[in-house]
Amino acid sequence: MVGIVGYGVYIPRYRIKTEEIARVWGDDGKRLAKGLGVFEKSVPGPDEEVATISVEAARNAVKYAGIDPKDIGAIYVGSESHPYAVKPTGTIVAEALSCTTDLTCADYEFACKAGTAAIQTTMGLVQSNMIKIGLAIGADTAQGRPGDALEYSAAAGGVAILVGMDNVVATIEATSSFTTDTPDFWRREGEDFPSHGARFTGEPAYFRHVGEGARLLMRKTGTTIDDFDYFVFHMPNGKFPLAMGRQLGVPKEKLEDSLVVRQIVNTYSGSAMMGLARVLDIAKPGDKIFMVSYGSGAGSDAFIIRVEKEILNHRGKVPTVDDFIARKTYIDYSEYAKYRRKIKALA
Amino acid sequence: MGNRVAIAGVGLTKFGELWDKSLRDITLEAGMYAIFDAGIKGSEIDAVTIGNMSAGRFTGQEHLGALAVDQGGLGTIPAYSVEAACASGGAAVRHAYMAIKSGEHDAILVLGSEKMSDVNQSQAMDTVSVASDWEWEGLFGATFPALYAFMARRHMLEYGTTEEQLSLVTVKNHANAANNPWAQFQRPVPLEIVMNSGLIADPIRVLHSSPISDGAAGLIMCTEEKAKELTDIPVYIEASTQASDTLALHDREDITTMAAVKKSSREALQKAGLTINDIDVFEVHDSFTIGEIIITEDIGITEKGNGGRIVEEGLTALDGKFPVNPSGGLKARGHPIGATGVAQIAELVLQLRGDAEKRQVDGAETAMAVNIGGTGATSIVHILRR
Amino acid sequence: MGEQGVAHVWRKLRAIYNIEGNHCKTCDSYFFPPRLVCPNCRRKGQLEEHHFKGLGKVHTFAIVRQAPEGFKRQVPYIVAQVELDEGVRLTAQIVNCDPEDVEIGMRVRACFRKITEYGERGIIVYGYKFEPVLKVTGHPYP
Repeated sequence: MVGIVGYGVYIPRYRIKTEEIARVWGDDGKRLAKGLGVFEKSVPGPDEEVATISVEAARNAVKYAGIDPKDIGAIYVGSESHPYAVKPTGTIVAEALSCTTDLTCADYEFACKAGTAAIQTTMGLVQSNMIKIGLAIGADTAQGRPGDALEYSAAAGGVAILVGMDNVVATIEATSSFTTDTPDFWRREGEDFPSHGARFTGEPAYFRHVGEGARLLMRKTGTTIDDFDYFVFHMPNGKFPLAMGRQLGVPKEKLEDSLVVRQIVNTYSGSAMMGLARVLDIAKPGDKIFMVSYGSGAGSDAFIIRVEKEILNHRGKVPTVDDFIARKTYIDYSEYAKYRRKIKALA
Repeated sequence: MGNRVAIAGVGLTKFGELWDKSLRDITLEAGMYAIFDAGIKGSEIDAVTIGNMSAGRFTGQEHLGALAVDQGGLGTIPAYSVEAACASGGAAVRHAYMAIKSGEHDAILVLGSEKMSDVNQSQAMDTVSVASDWEWEGLFGATFPALYAFMARRHMLEYGTTEEQLSLVTVKNHANAANNPWAQFQRPVPLEIVMNSGLIADPIRVLHSSPISDGAAGLIMCTEEKAKELTDIPVYIEASTQASDTLALHDREDITTMAAVKKSSREALQKAGLTINDIDVFEVHDSFTIGEIIITEDIGITEKGNGGRIVEEGLTALDGKFPVNPSGGLKARGHPIGATGVAQIAELVLQLRGDAEKRQVDGAETAMAVNIGGTGATSIVHILRR
Repeated sequence: MGEQGVAHVWRKLRAIYNIEGNHCKTCDSYFFPPRLVCPNCRRKGQLEEHHFKGLGKVHTFAIVRQAPEGFKRQVPYIVAQVELDEGVRLTAQIVNCDPEDVEIGMRVRACFRKITEYGERGIIVYGYKFEPVLKVTGHPYP
């Protein structure tokens, strides 16, 4: 059956604390951190962006899977911070992996769920025998307008997932999506920073789509919360996934392990996938994972994933999510402003 | 063996930030001084060679050979523009040497010129970087000072060379330049100032590196017969040699030595029938002070690894056994890139004639100039004798 | 005529993305950057492509504090000569490492970073930099 043959992640080493950002804007950092459930976020270095993060994650995925990159037939990179507005990120990844030219490739954008949309696409291609292995990437160096609430949560990181039929480390048993036209968060062409509907991003957007998406897939597959060992929800902040879990009746301990949001916050297109990677790092063969991503605009992709014995043959080859989380260097707001090109006079 | 080649006249502009002078102004000025010094008629000059690294990038002007002939009113004589990065000046001297030696030309005006202050610091840095392997060093963030820092750090690790020794080269060369009216920095600088100057590429500090300079130098080179007509004290070029090494520093097995300097200096001594102990005065390429330390080892003044110590001991001071860079060197005289190799020869001619005034090395009869390009990919050595 | 940087970078993408150089079958030497002629064997040389592993150690380094355009945001940064395990040396930045922590002999591995860009509107150049080898802990199996 179709499944994950390998995965790899990448998180830049720099972190900025919620309290440091709050200090600059005269906010109460302690209260904010507690309220949002976000304590420090990952920040890309001055020479890191979606193409570099994607390549690092993809190289880890290939090494983890032990596959020949020449067997990759499709690459889809989901992001809302592609380095080029026109010119694909995926071709850079393909060249950096030494893939063949017998390859289809495109960049995806669907706010924070472009990466999981890429997983669905590659599943289709693999199952229809059009390709042997597909590479789906969710990566972002998310932008937050200085002083805006998003500045506390817009983080950087990426996850690459190789989808195939042979030697899968986790089977993707089912997937479905829930999609509406809901303008909760957007960025107009040519704008540097996204805008959002503030509290509108909650109930009619995140909670409706993740909740309905989850219920839809459970209904379609005849499953309940009790059938799953782990849950992963998109993590725009530390509060939302917990509240979602409560609404759906998910026991806290089944959600706990995916909450990378506390250490790195929201890696956007890589957010839910990072939570999945964290769970795959520790899950036992036979464990079942229920993941729902969310993308503003709006939609959710839900997945049922079963961990296979094969996973035991692959661990220890590449750094885990926790390895990347542990590697960190704190920076202050001025360094953050320098690295993130918020100082415009600097070329 | 061909003709013996002589130098009958020298000319220099002041080196420094020459805000009121253009590339053509300084090129013409150095050439005219050389012509006046030699007492040669314009009609007797039958060719021009000019060393220049990057006038196209620094000023937007190329084709400097024709420019020099035109501005000097030298009519229709042929002119050759020569480029070998920081060794462009030495290469212009060597081209003239070969042309006279072969009998093709009899009297050549040799020029070296660079106008660097008309661009900003970033542009100047980028332009200097093309002397290294730009595609595989410069593009990856290795600035020119960083490449010399690579050498310095290995030299410190392998031979115990110290930051103080790197700094003492600066102190020595500034002390010499204080007596050189053509030098960019005519003042001594104390050790603690050098040691505390800003780091530009650790361990290299700003006062371990040569400045951005404007300047030009000129020589009249000619056959022995011609020289005897012109002057009572001709200086002869006893050897002119050149050697190459890999363009990129990372392709060299040992980066604490410059193989091209070793080869070209040994060959030059052999051709001149001299040993290093016979040389009375040296001008060597101290674009960074680690360069002077490495070159003094490679030409055989001292053994490998000892180049820092001999500065401490005063061996290369003006009154030492091997006076190095009486002019102040590239560090203190200034380093208008294409002019440097010609200016080294001009200084040595003054030394051999006994015209170097307060920086005169007493009784100097033989001299050696070592001019290198890039990080040592080109080395050009000249030995002169009175 | 092409736009600045475009064809220049495109021609050597494979070399700078993946450290692809060559190996001479005649004298068993490795080369990076790739050479057109083996400098040891010249016409007797037989060059074949070689994909370097990207593992090596720091041979020498500098901390750049006066940087060219395009690197100013990274100052101070480490640039080094890295000696690859196959024996060749190349010049590259060391990232994910503070200037005070780098030392000669340090083990490093190749990573993928942005090298430079041709202005705000021009193309972006990606390629190799090196980083200290990241410790892979894995997780204690529950």
